[in-house]
Amino acid sequence: MAVSNRLKNQHLLWRAGFGPMAENAADMDTISQKDLWALLLKTSSKKPEKINVAQNLVDGLFKGVQDVSRMQKPELTNDQKKMIREQSRDDIKNLNIRWLEEMINNEAQLREKMSLFWHGHFATRVINSYFQQELLQTIRENALGNFKDLLHEVSKSPSMLSFLNNQQNRKKKPNENFAREVMELFTLGRGNYTEHDVKEAARAFTGWGFNFKGEFEFRTMQHDDDSKTVLGKTGNFNGDDVLDILLAQQQTAKFITQKIYRYLVNEQVDEAHVQWLSKRFYDSGYEIKNLLEDIFTSSWFYEEKNIGVKIKSPVELIAGIRRLLPMELENDQSQLLFQKVLGQILFFPPNVAGWPGGKNWIDSSSLMIRLRLPQILSANDILDIVPKTDDDLQGGMMEMASKKMKEVTRGGTGKIDWVMVAKIFEAVPREKLLQKISDTVLQSKSRVTDTVLEKYLNKENRENYTKSAIINLMSTPEYQLC
Amino acid sequence: MLIKRKEFLQVGSLASAAFMMPKFLKAFEQPQMVPPGNKVTVILQLSGGNDGLNTVIPVRNDIYYKGRPGLGIARDKALLVTDEAGLNPALETFKSLFDDGSLGILNSVGYPNPDRSHFRSMDIWQSASASNEYITTGWIGRYLDAQCKGCDKPTQAVELDDVLSLALKGEESKGLAFKDPKRLFETSNGKYFKDINTDHHNGEEAVDYLYKTMSETISSADYIYQQSRLHPSAETYPSTELGKDLKTIASLIFSDINTKVYYVSLGSFDTHVNQENQQKRLFTELNDAVKAFVSDLKKNNRFNDVLITTFSEFGRRVAQNASGGTDHGTANNMFFISGALKKKGVLNAMPDLADLNEGDLKYQVDFKNVYATMLRQWLGADDTAILGKKFDYLDFI
Repeated sequence: MAVSNRLKNQHLLWRAGFGPMAENAADMDTISQKDLWALLLKTSSKKPEKINVAQNLVDGLFKGVQDVSRMQKPELTNDQKKMIREQSRDDIKNLNIRWLEEMINNEAQLREKMSLFWHGHFATRVINSYFQQELLQTIRENALGNFKDLLHEVSKSPSMLSFLNNQQNRKKKPNENFAREVMELFTLGRGNYTEHDVKEAARAFTGWGFNFKGEFEFRTMQHDDDSKTVLGKTGNFNGDDVLDILLAQQQTAKFITQKIYRYLVNEQVDEAHVQWLSKRFYDSGYEIKNLLEDIFTSSWFYEEKNIGVKIKSPVELIAGIRRLLPMELENDQSQLLFQKVLGQILFFPPNVAGWPGGKNWIDSSSLMIRLRLPQILSANDILDIVPKTDDDLQGGMMEMASKKMKEVTRGGTGKIDWVMVAKIFEAVPREKLLQKISDTVLQSKSRVTDTVLEKYLNKENRENYTKSAIINLMSTPEYQLC
Repeated sequence: MLIKRKEFLQVGSLASAAFMMPKFLKAFEQPQMVPPGNKVTVILQLSGGNDGLNTVIPVRNDIYYKGRPGLGIARDKALLVTDEAGLNPALETFKSLFDDGSLGILNSVGYPNPDRSHFRSMDIWQSASASNEYITTGWIGRYLDAQCKGCDKPTQAVELDDVLSLALKGEESKGLAFKDPKRLFETSNGKYFKDINTDHHNGEEAVDYLYKTMSETISSADYIYQQSRLHPSAETYPSTELGKDLKTIASLIFSDINTKVYYVSLGSFDTHVNQENQQKRLFTELNDAVKAFVSDLKKNNRFNDVLITTFSEFGRRVAQNASGGTDHGTANNMFFISGALKKKGVLNAMPDLADLNEGDLKYQVDFKNVYATMLRQWLGADDTAILGKKFDYLDFI
């Protein structure tokens, strides 16, 4: 079966972004992939506007109570600390929702899609909203730039420094947490370095920390100035030197390329493609945009075996629905609850390794909620569940969810702009309508057969027919794939 | 023969099965009919980091009282179980279980290089990983993988919750999470889902995986709901969340369901502030629910087949903080409740408060030894395969 032009375009939009939107879904039959790719690049070329949630610098600063307590600062009372912690949690909720809005509505789809990748790659989980906001901006600014810059900047961000305890990494009392993860998770991958490399690298990162203002600070007094040997290189290295040593390894390019390939192309890695891509990525000096261009302009990317075979992450699922079905949510905080019950809350990765993805997204509960989500959003169903309240950082995140469940579930519904949705299909004759809707909504080869589907469609009029077809098609296992 | 007949009746639709069930058959649905010997375990997760030192109180330890001038529980208030240990006053049932020989207390359980973050430490407990490795499956999930190879319903492990915990996620199989068997049945048995499920034939791997999960959910939900109605518990439980959950579990235990692991959580025990009241409230909920549950199990002759295990992601700092609470700590105690304990009472030494690591207890028993023991000695599973390594067994079961 030949892959249709529409399917290829939608494939590109789902992988390089968050799927087709109501405004452009009708054009997917005619545009070429080359032109669409050029458009994706162009719309992501501007520097992203910062999402500011921490009201001002001081506000943000005082929010990281746990970090604050370790710094020499004016003593805060417990009530103040509590207040600050709660404020920070609220800020992070806002940051979450506002970034999600960007993924849905911002034309810079490619940038936001890659930012989500780096957000999972450089996974941090800290309570300080200012730190989180700053790291997100670093990621969004560099998402399509150079991986070297990104790695250096992230490594110096207070968010990462505090999450991986580098603030406590001192001469003669090294803390190896960051040094280990930077090798295992951010650059080389397990098995490509020794315990000795970790120990030595940790010494190079001694003295890397941040000050009250949330700025990187190199504390020379705490830095170990003696010679270190990392991956066969010996010298009086500092943290930047070690990062460069890691970047000089071809393995780093391979590790990153492979992870990006799994994120954008297929969970099943094609070794030959990754080999080719990673060499070019390395030779380009880690230009992310070049790597993406290599992927999205290759013919193999559009092969049938790569289309409709990836399980959408919860964020991709929510964003995808909301792109095709423009809607006004009664309560946008309900999206936090959806993220929670589906297993992906932005800014709360499960651990420093990020979200494992793939089949890991799916279990009985999460799948049934996924299948009901379109019904919930279109007000045909309510989400009557209460997730456990976790402690730590999530506790505050979800207290809304457990305490005010009723409001939230009621607010879970949205007002969908069906007029705009109907426009996608206005030129389609009735006898081809179901096929067209199906081809617009689904990427998978497998489809629910028309005869089964027809039983559940509202045939009163064209509008209701379209509505019920879309909602039913979105409530299938097939829709979980892109 | 009778069991077979009952299975036959269950094949039909629910309404007709209930309708068709003759009175004389119902008469056989007595508790003694359930074959004993089907060992199951109920894992009770005390979320948030329960303060172990105010759970099992070292009543002869000066360091304890010195570190907790306000929070320490006086010797004469504690429910003494040995000369040096007393239980929290809210845990009366646990005291009776102790006197009964049905309670085991294991002190100082933890792991090397403890992490004091809730979510990370919970991850470590649930995945049974070392503190510097990241495993995306849980230990019960991997047990499920082994039990449910090629099976059509992964009901060997279930969680009483709306969201499934990492602990129950395997590589291939994942446990089922539900609060109420009826609601599970209703939400997964929509006609549309059943229709598209029947309609689906083989496709690519990913889509097949999704349909397989949906199909398993539908049939498991059906099975669980049917089973939950076979021998509904007649015991009165407290109307708390935990009370309801344990009642659901009891009803399932009395049925013929193949579930071996039940997972349920209670929280939050994160008592940085005003610990006394919060812990007391949660312990009262725990105590009353367990009391009804054990009584129920005993009446139905199943107490010897059930092992209730409690754990928390960490204990708390020895010294109290300035807000009438305690901060995150490390090693902690675990409770084991069953009518069939081989060793009972306080199973090992009380924690050594004179030998601390930055104010926190040093662990003496790795929790993975406990898991290995439960997997091998109680559930008859291959613990080495599930935990990826051989851990010595303890001798309490």
